[in-house]
Amino acid sequence: MDVIIYLIQNMLPVAIPLLLVALGGMFSERSGIVNIALEGIMLFGAFFGCLSVYFMKGLTIDPQLILLIGMVVAAVAGILYSMLLSFAAVNMKADQTISGTALNMFIPAVTLLFCKMKFNSDGITNSTKFYIQKVPVLSDIPVLGPLFFQKTYITVYIGILFLLLAIFVFYKTKFGLRLRACGEHPQAADSVGINVYRMRHSGVAISGFLGGIGGFFYSVGVMDANVNGHTGVAGFGFLALAVMIFGQWKPVQIFFAALFFAFLRTLAYSVALIPFLNSLNIDQTYYKMLPYVATMLVLIFTSRKSRAPKAEGIPYDKSKR
Amino acid sequence: MQNNKNSSKLKMQASRIMKSKGMGSFTATLLAILLGLLFGFIVMLIASPANSFNGFLTMLTGGFGRLGDVFYFATPILMTGLSVGFAFKMGLFNIGASGQYTFGMFFALYVGMMWKLPTGIHWIACILAGMIGGMLWGFIPGLLKATMNVNEVITSIMFNYIGMYLVDMFVTNNASMYVPNLTRTGYLPTTAQLPSLGVPNSNVNVSVILAIVIAIILYIVLNKTTFGYELKATGFNKHASKYAGMNDTRNTILTMIIAGGLAGLGGAFAILAPTGITGSSMTYEPINVIAANGFNGIAVALLGSSNPVGIIFSALFVSHIQRGGTQVSSFFGYKPEIIDVVIAVIIYFSAFAMIMSSAVGRLLKKRSRKEAVKELEQTLSSEDDSLKEKTEV
Repeated sequence: MDVIIYLIQNMLPVAIPLLLVALGGMFSERSGIVNIALEGIMLFGAFFGCLSVYFMKGLTIDPQLILLIGMVVAAVAGILYSMLLSFAAVNMKADQTISGTALNMFIPAVTLLFCKMKFNSDGITNSTKFYIQKVPVLSDIPVLGPLFFQKTYITVYIGILFLLLAIFVFYKTKFGLRLRACGEHPQAADSVGINVYRMRHSGVAISGFLGGIGGFFYSVGVMDANVNGHTGVAGFGFLALAVMIFGQWKPVQIFFAALFFAFLRTLAYSVALIPFLNSLNIDQTYYKMLPYVATMLVLIFTSRKSRAPKAEGIPYDKSKR
Repeated sequence: MQNNKNSSKLKMQASRIMKSKGMGSFTATLLAILLGLLFGFIVMLIASPANSFNGFLTMLTGGFGRLGDVFYFATPILMTGLSVGFAFKMGLFNIGASGQYTFGMFFALYVGMMWKLPTGIHWIACILAGMIGGMLWGFIPGLLKATMNVNEVITSIMFNYIGMYLVDMFVTNNASMYVPNLTRTGYLPTTAQLPSLGVPNSNVNVSVILAIVIAIILYIVLNKTTFGYELKATGFNKHASKYAGMNDTRNTILTMIIAGGLAGLGGAFAILAPTGITGSSMTYEPINVIAANGFNGIAVALLGSSNPVGIIFSALFVSHIQRGGTQVSSFFGYKPEIIDVVIAVIIYFSAFAMIMSSAVGRLLKKRSRKEAVKELEQTLSSEDDSLKEKTEV
């Protein structure tokens, strides 16, 4: 039981960044833009979020408030960075994969450059503690208390909140319907007066918002509020893309896909604590590869019948109606 | 008048060259490079204004002082660039060149250290082993793409991570290769090292010649063979080429195998090179980081617009400013990462440089049309004058 509690406590802070970033990818792709830059957007958000935390370290305010401020900074940074992608993809009709790759390459180099110049290290190191031992009252509930309200981060609850919000926006608003139309048949959407360009810009901007926050939450929940230019976000942006495909571009399924991947990763990093797995004596490296191998297997089984948004990756050209 | 006609003919020819596709992508690339360098200069200006101008000049020209090293460091990224570019021609984005590169490196290292072969054959066997390693790591994403429709971008990214972890594990678990106190493998025996070209003060070796020959062979394959034609046709329109009876499945797998082999060769060339720069070659250090040369290959391929001959020059260019970057950091205190920033900016702009350059072209055309109109008016008025003169006479 202790092992299960431990796994779930550690899984949630890992699952939330995956969930948020995959939701971001969903908004972008359902509007028709392939967002391979999620990895870069995450690191951009993490970088600015951690930088703002660094500058707030002398202040005597509650760490949770610092986290919220960092989140806002990361969100704004993510939106700004994602606008580089939507500018290239929507206005300049550029190849979306190439511009996304450029954005992915840009930010690790900038992080390293900045941190070497400013801190003489490969990243930003923070000592602010965001960890919550016990949530008052709720943590005393039997079973649920230890599972969800002890030894955790506030990011988990914010993440769930964003999931609900995303489901609402995606399915229950006019905006969500129009966004989805632009990813399936932009010509038809245009013919009924929807501004395809603006929809795609907003889709990418939402992915920047969620991607930036996801990146910051990754560095809070996985890296102890540090960020490093060499390791970046360890391929989480790409994993999130796989989570999105596994979740078939639908928010609720994405949530479960994110939990699945986070569970595998947590398992991989806590082999030593699980007597059964430890006694098998398998090389640690195999466990580290597990999330990536699982991604492969999942993609193999789902890609055949997967239905990506029909118009994704194709720049919208008004004259080709 | 005769003169005028000639000059207009020349102008026509010049504009025809300017309008041709190759020229268009060339000017587009130049524009992207210019913007990237400008960005780098601005960063330098912000970081340390006093040294910025000299630093920028060193970044641009520093490589000329060490041409041998420019060629030496260009070889691996030339190979990964060819790998990415070749797959691009078929519309596949081989972002997994890093994993293939690492696998090629490991296979070459394994044969180099574990097999005892006679001098003269050993290094060739190592190169071939590297190629096979890369082919293996390209084959699987290709197979999955062709038969299961799995997006090759995500598979090959996953294969970057899987390959990196696997190779690091193989290396650390192999007691006869790994030296624990150095946290890296031992050094390759001399029989496994590539023959040096003997240029003094540089590490340039035979692999650069091999790489250029391979690039030219690829150019011929792409432009003069049925396979190359089918490959490009599939890249232009997958459905049309399938309808025309081209074997899409086979071509996809074959392309990824070749792309993987090219990247694997890059890894082999990198690790088998004899060098005076300690730790940069002949040994592998497992540090759980994905090989940067694979991603630089993407930059090289894009800059060369996926043309094998163009890729030769873009690899040399990237290597050249990287050399400049190391000099900037050692003389002026800038950090060498500035080059990575510049390269990323160049790729970002090169993604839509064609559109930018056509916009610039339209602007120039407008101006030249205005000039032409002016000329016409002038000639007309002069003819008018001569007519007047005639009537007066």
